[in-house]
Amino acid sequence: MSKLFTLSAEQIISGVRNREFTIEDYVIQLLERINDIDDKIKAFITINDEALNTARKLDKKIKSQEAVGSLAGIAVGIKDNICTKDIKTTCASKLLQEYIPPYDATVVRRLKERDAIIIGKVNLDEFAMGSTTEFGSYGPSHNPWNPDYVVGGSSGGSAASVAALECTVSLGSDTGGSIRCPASFCSVVGLKPTYGLVSRFGLVSYSNSLEQIGPLGRTVSDIVMIMNVIAGFDENDNTTRNEIKTPGFVASDVKRPVRYGLIKELVEASDPAISKLVYSSLDLLSSNDCKWEEVSLNSDYALASYYTIAMAEASSNLARYDNLRYGFDFDPEGYEWNSYFSKIRNNFGDEVKRRIMIGSHVLLSGYYAKYYLKAQKVRSILRHEVKKLFKQVDVLISPTMPVLPFKIGENIDDPVKRYLIDTNTVVANLVGTPAISLPAGFSDNLPIGLQLMTDEMQEQLLFDVSKMYESVASIKRRPDL
Amino acid sequence: MMDEQVNIGIEIHCQLTGLQTKLFCKCKGDYRNELPNKNICPICSGQPGSMPQLNGKAVDHSCMIAFAMNCIIPPRMGFYRKNYFYPDLPKNYQISQYDSGGIGSVGYSGKLQYGGDFARIRRVQLEEDPGRLVYEADMDTSFYTLIDYNRAGTALVEIVTEPDFKDAAEVRTFLNKLTSILEHLGVCNTKLEGSVRCDANISIGSGKRVEIKNVGSFREVEKALNFEITRQKSLSSHSIEVKSETRHWDSERKVTKQSRAKEEEQDYKYFPEPDIPIILLSEEYLSSIQQKMPELPDKRRNRFVADFQLSDHVAHVLINNKEMADFFEAAVQIYYSPKEIANWLVSDLMSFIGNSKTEESSIALDLRIGPKHIAELARLVDENIISRHTAKLTLSKIMRTGQMPSQIIRESDSSKIHDERILLKAVEDAFESEKAAVIDASSNPGVVNFLLGRVLKLTQGRADPQIALALIKNKLRKTT
Repeated sequence: MSKLFTLSAEQIISGVRNREFTIEDYVIQLLERINDIDDKIKAFITINDEALNTARKLDKKIKSQEAVGSLAGIAVGIKDNICTKDIKTTCASKLLQEYIPPYDATVVRRLKERDAIIIGKVNLDEFAMGSTTEFGSYGPSHNPWNPDYVVGGSSGGSAASVAALECTVSLGSDTGGSIRCPASFCSVVGLKPTYGLVSRFGLVSYSNSLEQIGPLGRTVSDIVMIMNVIAGFDENDNTTRNEIKTPGFVASDVKRPVRYGLIKELVEASDPAISKLVYSSLDLLSSNDCKWEEVSLNSDYALASYYTIAMAEASSNLARYDNLRYGFDFDPEGYEWNSYFSKIRNNFGDEVKRRIMIGSHVLLSGYYAKYYLKAQKVRSILRHEVKKLFKQVDVLISPTMPVLPFKIGENIDDPVKRYLIDTNTVVANLVGTPAISLPAGFSDNLPIGLQLMTDEMQEQLLFDVSKMYESVASIKRRPDL
Repeated sequence: MMDEQVNIGIEIHCQLTGLQTKLFCKCKGDYRNELPNKNICPICSGQPGSMPQLNGKAVDHSCMIAFAMNCIIPPRMGFYRKNYFYPDLPKNYQISQYDSGGIGSVGYSGKLQYGGDFARIRRVQLEEDPGRLVYEADMDTSFYTLIDYNRAGTALVEIVTEPDFKDAAEVRTFLNKLTSILEHLGVCNTKLEGSVRCDANISIGSGKRVEIKNVGSFREVEKALNFEITRQKSLSSHSIEVKSETRHWDSERKVTKQSRAKEEEQDYKYFPEPDIPIILLSEEYLSSIQQKMPELPDKRRNRFVADFQLSDHVAHVLINNKEMADFFEAAVQIYYSPKEIANWLVSDLMSFIGNSKTEESSIALDLRIGPKHIAELARLVDENIISRHTAKLTLSKIMRTGQMPSQIIRESDSSKIHDERILLKAVEDAFESEKAAVIDASSNPGVVNFLLGRVLKLTQGRADPQIALALIKNKLRKTT
C-alpha cells in the first residue's frame, strides 16, 4: 500500500490489526518520508535506529497471534526535552548535545508498554524557551505550509512532524503555550492537559509549576487515544493528581448542550483575519442547544506573571548543567570549579541566558516580594477569575495565537514582542486548566488555530466539543510538500 | 563586665539513618561502605528530567524530632529550594525548608531542657544532604577533587538553636542530651561517622557574630568554641574589632581559619519547590506520630529513679547513653539487682569505653560483653561467691574473651576463699610481716583494715573479707 503515512492513528491501528499492511511497511514509509522532506522541515533531531527493529518484532508477534499493546503500529515523535532511555535527549542545547538518559520518562515508558514506536526526537527551542523553534542549537524548524515561516514553539518539531506526515502523533510540552502555539501555526490538534493529569517525570524541567506534557495529532481522536495511555497518577511525580489512575476518555460524536464564552479581550487584540475566523467558528458551533456569549477576562498581568514565574523556576532548574555528571567532552585542566562552571555555562544560547539572568534577579531577596511574590498573587487572582467564568460558561474560546505565523527571523531581536504572542495561551498554564488548539482555517495559506479551554479535569467535555467542532469545521487540507 | 557575655547558638545536622531510603528517591539511605558513585540514581544524581519523590517516613521521623524538641508543628509544611553552586550539589540547589508565606518547616519555637538549663529551638527542618568532596591531601593543596554522590539526597534534619549557650561546656551538655534523644527516637544512629554534624555561631558582648563550620565531632565542637572564645577575647582586648565572618575549624592545627569564600554574602534565592506539593500535617496524623513515639530520656530517667531507686546522677549517666540504658534494663531483666548492675555499668564499664559517645564505637560492637555477663557478675557478688575485687578482674577478662563470669572463675580458680584454715595461714603471715602495725592496733582501730588489706593481697584478693576480718579481730584479741 502506498501513502500509509497519511493515515490517522485509528486507521493505522485497524489496518495493522486487519493485516492490510505490516507495521514494518508503515515505519519504512515514514522513514522514507522523513528522509525525503525533513531537509526542508527540520523537525527531527534524532531518528531512533531501533524503530524498524521494534516494528519487525511487533509484526512477528501479530503474525504468531500474540497479544500486542493498544498502540501497536503508532509511530510517535518525542519532543527532545523528554527523556528516552538510550536515545539522545538534547533539549536542543549544546550543554546536552551528547546526553543519553539512563531512564525513560513516564510518558515514554507508558507509550512503549502499549507498543507504540518511538520514531525519533523532534526539534524545539533550547530547553523549550521560545515560541518559534528558532532558538535551538540545531537551527529553526520550517513551517510545512510555507518553509519561510516559523512553525511556532517551543514544540515546533512536534507540530511540524505531525503536519508534514513524518509521524502519526507526537508529544510536546506546554509551559506557556508551547504545544498549542505550534499546533495553531501548523494546523494540527494540540492539547495542554490539566496540570497534574500527565506525569512530568522525565520531562526536562523549564518551569515545573506551569508545564505539562501533551499530545499533538492530526485528529481529536488521535489525541484522545494518546491521552488514554499517558495520563494518570504516577508515583514518580508527586504533582500528579491521584483521582485518575487509568483514564477512560472517549472520542465520541455525542452532541451535548454547551455554553460557550468568547474571551472578548483576546479576540479584540487579535489580527483581524483571525478574529473574523473565530466569529465564524462560533457560528458553526452554535445551535439550539449551544449558545455563546462574550465574557471578559482581565488578563493584563497574566503575561508578566507568567514570564516572572517561568524564568524564576528556569534559573534554578538550569543550574544543574555544569558538565560534571553528564554533558560533553571538555578538558577541565586549568580551571577551578567556579571558572569551569562559568566557561561551561557560557554555552547556553542567548535566550536561555536571558531567562536565567532575569529569573535569578527576581528571586534575589531584595526583589523577591516585588516580582516573584507579586507574580504569584496575580496567578491566584487569575485562578479565581477563571473559576468564576466557569460558573457562567462551560467552555472558554479565544484564538490560540493573536497573530498569523510570521517569517523566520522576524523581530528576532525584540524579545518583548516575541513574548507578547503568548498572551492567549499562558492563562491555561497559570491556572492549570486544560486547553486545546484546533485547526480553524487559513489566511493566505497560513494556518489559524482556535483555542478551547475548560475547567480543570474537564478533558472529556473538551474532547466532546473538539470533536463537534472538528466535524463541522471539516478542515481537510494537507500541506503541499 | 556585661560586655564579656558569650552567646553561642548551634546548628545540628543529623542524618535520618533509621530510614531505608534517601529523602527523594529509592536509593539506600545507608551509603556507607559503598564504592564511590554506586548508590545513586537519576534523581539523586540530578539527571535532567528527574523529580523528587518525598519519602513519607522521613516526614514521620522529622515530626518525631520536632515533638521531642517541644516545637510548634505547623499544619502546612513545604519545601524550598536553596540555590547555590557547589560541586557536591547534584542540582546546584538543595531542597530544604524555609519559613515563609504560611508554609513552614517541620517545627519551630521549641525548647529543650539540658543540665539545669534550657535552650530555645528556633526551628527543625528536613532537607537533603549533598554529596561528598574527596581531596587527595587537604582542600588547599590538592591538585584535583573527587566527588562521591553516594551520600547525595540522604535525609537530614537540621536543628537550629537560639544563641542561648554561655560557654562550650553548656553546648557539650546540650549535645549529649540531644544525642540521647535522637538515639531514643531511633531516628539517627549517632555513632556512625558523619551522622551528626554541628556548626556554631558565636559572639561576645556586642561584638559581631562569627560562624564556625566544618566541625567533625562533638568533642571538636568544644575545642573549636574554646579556641574561638579565646581568639575573640584577645582581639577585643587589643581593641581589634571582631569581623562578621565564617571560619572553618582546622582539626589538625586546632585553630579556626577564615573561609576563602564569602559565604555570608550569598543570596540563596529561596523559593518554593514546585515539584513537591504542600504537605498537610493534620491533627490525626500528628497524634498518630505522637502515639508512636518511644519513651524519651527525661521520662526514662524518672522511671529509673522511681522504679529502680537509682540516684539521679547514676540514672542520668545511664540515660545519656541509650545503649548503656538499654544494657542496664536488659541486665536487670536477667538478674534483678538494679543498684549493683548500675554501679557496674557507671563506674566500671563506662571507664572502659570512655565518656564520649560519638567518637567511640558501640559497646556491643567492640567489646564482647553483654547484659548477661554483668547480670551474672552482680549475682556472684550478691551471693558472696566472689569478692568485688575478683569481680573487677573478671570484668576485664570478659571484655577480652566474652566468656561468662562463672566460667572464668572456674577456670582461674578465682572464687573466694572461705576455708578458715587457708585464711588463718594468711592472717598469721600478715601478723608476722606487720608486727609494728599489730602493736599499734590497740590505739588505732584503722589498723584492722590495713591488716585485712594485707590478707587480701596475700590471697590475690580471693579471701572472703568477712571471714578474714573475723579472724583478724579474733587474733588481735588474743594477742593483746
